[in-house]
Amino acid sequence: MGACSVTLETLPRFPEGKELLTCLQCGVCSGTCPYGDVMEYPPRRMIAMMRAGLQEKVYTSDSLLACVACYACQVKCPRGIRLTEALLPLMKEQALTHLPELPGELQKALQSTLRYGNPMGEPSRKRAAWVKTAGVPIRILAEDPRPADVLWFVECYTSFYPRGQDNSRATARLFHRLGIDFAILGNEEKCAGECGRLTWEPGLFETLMDYNMAIFQKYRFDRVVTSCPHAHNAFKNRYPALGFNWGLEHTTPFLAQHLDRLKPLLTRKLNYTVTYHDSCCLGRQNEFYEPPRRLLKAIPGLKTVEMVHNRGNSICCGGGGGGMWLDTYFKAKGYERLSERRVKEAVATGADVLAVSCPYEVSRFEDALKVVGYDKRIVVRDVTELLAEAMEE
Amino acid sequence: MRILVLMKMAPDVVEELEIAPGGTALDLDYVRMILSESDDHALEQALLLKERHGATVTALALDAPEVDDALFTALAKGADRAVKIAGLDAGFPTSQAARAMSQAIAQVPGLSPADLILTGVQAIDDLDGLIAPMVAHALDLPYLGIVTRLSLDASGRTALATKEYPGGVRGEFEVKLPAVLGIQAAEKPPRYVPVAKVRAAMKTQKIDSAPASLPADGGCAAAQVVEMKRNEPAGHAEMLDGDPESVSDKLCGILTGHGLL
Repeated sequence: MGACSVTLETLPRFPEGKELLTCLQCGVCSGTCPYGDVMEYPPRRMIAMMRAGLQEKVYTSDSLLACVACYACQVKCPRGIRLTEALLPLMKEQALTHLPELPGELQKALQSTLRYGNPMGEPSRKRAAWVKTAGVPIRILAEDPRPADVLWFVECYTSFYPRGQDNSRATARLFHRLGIDFAILGNEEKCAGECGRLTWEPGLFETLMDYNMAIFQKYRFDRVVTSCPHAHNAFKNRYPALGFNWGLEHTTPFLAQHLDRLKPLLTRKLNYTVTYHDSCCLGRQNEFYEPPRRLLKAIPGLKTVEMVHNRGNSICCGGGGGGMWLDTYFKAKGYERLSERRVKEAVATGADVLAVSCPYEVSRFEDALKVVGYDKRIVVRDVTELLAEAMEE
Repeated sequence: MRILVLMKMAPDVVEELEIAPGGTALDLDYVRMILSESDDHALEQALLLKERHGATVTALALDAPEVDDALFTALAKGADRAVKIAGLDAGFPTSQAARAMSQAIAQVPGLSPADLILTGVQAIDDLDGLIAPMVAHALDLPYLGIVTRLSLDASGRTALATKEYPGGVRGEFEVKLPAVLGIQAAEKPPRYVPVAKVRAAMKTQKIDSAPASLPADGGCAAAQVVEMKRNEPAGHAEMLDGDPESVSDKLCGILTGHGLL
């Protein structure tokens, strides 16, 4: 897409612009947008304004800040306009340079991702520090560059955030017990950058893509398995343009493929009632609705219940599209945080556990549960954590 | 109005710090360098003045690892020119940094005369904040530090600067230009520049390089570092385990033992 300037005159030259011209103005996008009710200009109106030459107004309003890149508008658009994937990022790219001021939290996350390879601003040289706590051997390619079947792309929250590391430790144990030939990049890994693109910053995304592709090309492996649905999204849709041609899986569907061998290992009974939250990137974007549910049902003693909004209708945790770093901003604007809306639905099911498959969600939902005062009623667990718990040593 | 911003790279404390084998300095082959935070604020303040009054902004930096990134970022943000002083030995002391900068200002074409010289009031490896006053002394210019607000009068010959004092006291100063000011904080946080703009600056703009010209005597004597070491934890927190009753009993016992209850 690049940094070229989109104006009414140049818009039709872009495939995304041509799509925009086919909009029926039916308003389904605005109706389904989880923040459509608080945006000054919801998606339908944005499109109308773009067509009417009012770009400047769109780019300088904070409406695009509220887009959490959840794909809800895209999957429901009767014209099939790729709003989340193409159109909104194109507009956000312009907003980045037109907004009078970028919220500080988001700015810091973008700068940290560029410098340290993770949005939290954690030291890049400690990315693999969690490995020592895994309890099973984990091969780091820089130390032992023999070819591997699986290159496990761990990603940021699963490397640095303490509760995210629980997911990594569980994944490592599962891979180990399944006898998977895997290795990680360790400190050489940097954020895949998906939120860089969906968060206004194509230049940051391109920098990260160039970097990660150069690292991938140093080693030999057959496929990439990643714990992060956002990284999966980037590798699937954007990296191929730079020559990414390895197999690709997200951890949850990857483990579901090994269910025959995994099931006999799940011997500990977990008497939990679990409700599963479909993440936007795994769910609406890739339609991986059944693999996590199949995994959960394989755990002895475990019962599943569904939230009102599930599968394609799932409500975003609010972390996508940069929302992860806009909580303070949303709070100041008086918006209800989507993670709070979602955990209320989870609690209403009567479940003991809210199961997730995206590393953003653990921090978001655990925080939301504390905010709404439900942290004693339900706990948040990644599907991999539940599987590892069900696996006796 | 010509504004000169003096920038230097400082050790990045987010990343690990290592002490060199001699035990008197950081291991500069290992440590990552980042633009000193208050220099970033000095640049922001210069760009704000440029937007308000019209000015040319030149960023002048001492060569160090990753300094090109910092200078191209300055250009992408709106600086008009970037100059790098090359040839200093790694780990140069503050006095040498100040001398190299003042020599460059005097000798590199186009750097002087400047109406306003802004720099960070201190750096993580210059906590005494000596660079700016030393540059001011060498150039025979007035100096004011710990500046948190800055405006110019209509003629552009006088700056109105707010300086912070301890205890929440502020002083307002009229400073006749040219002058050297040590910026503690710009009036708003340093702006974000899209990475694409920095990448474009790398392709289309250039950094001028000037050799450091220091007199053979090395200038005034620098303080000698006798020993550099990590802080050693003096004590440990004691965690009280058990049910609330027994924990509160233990806590009361400890507080009574220290004469606090």
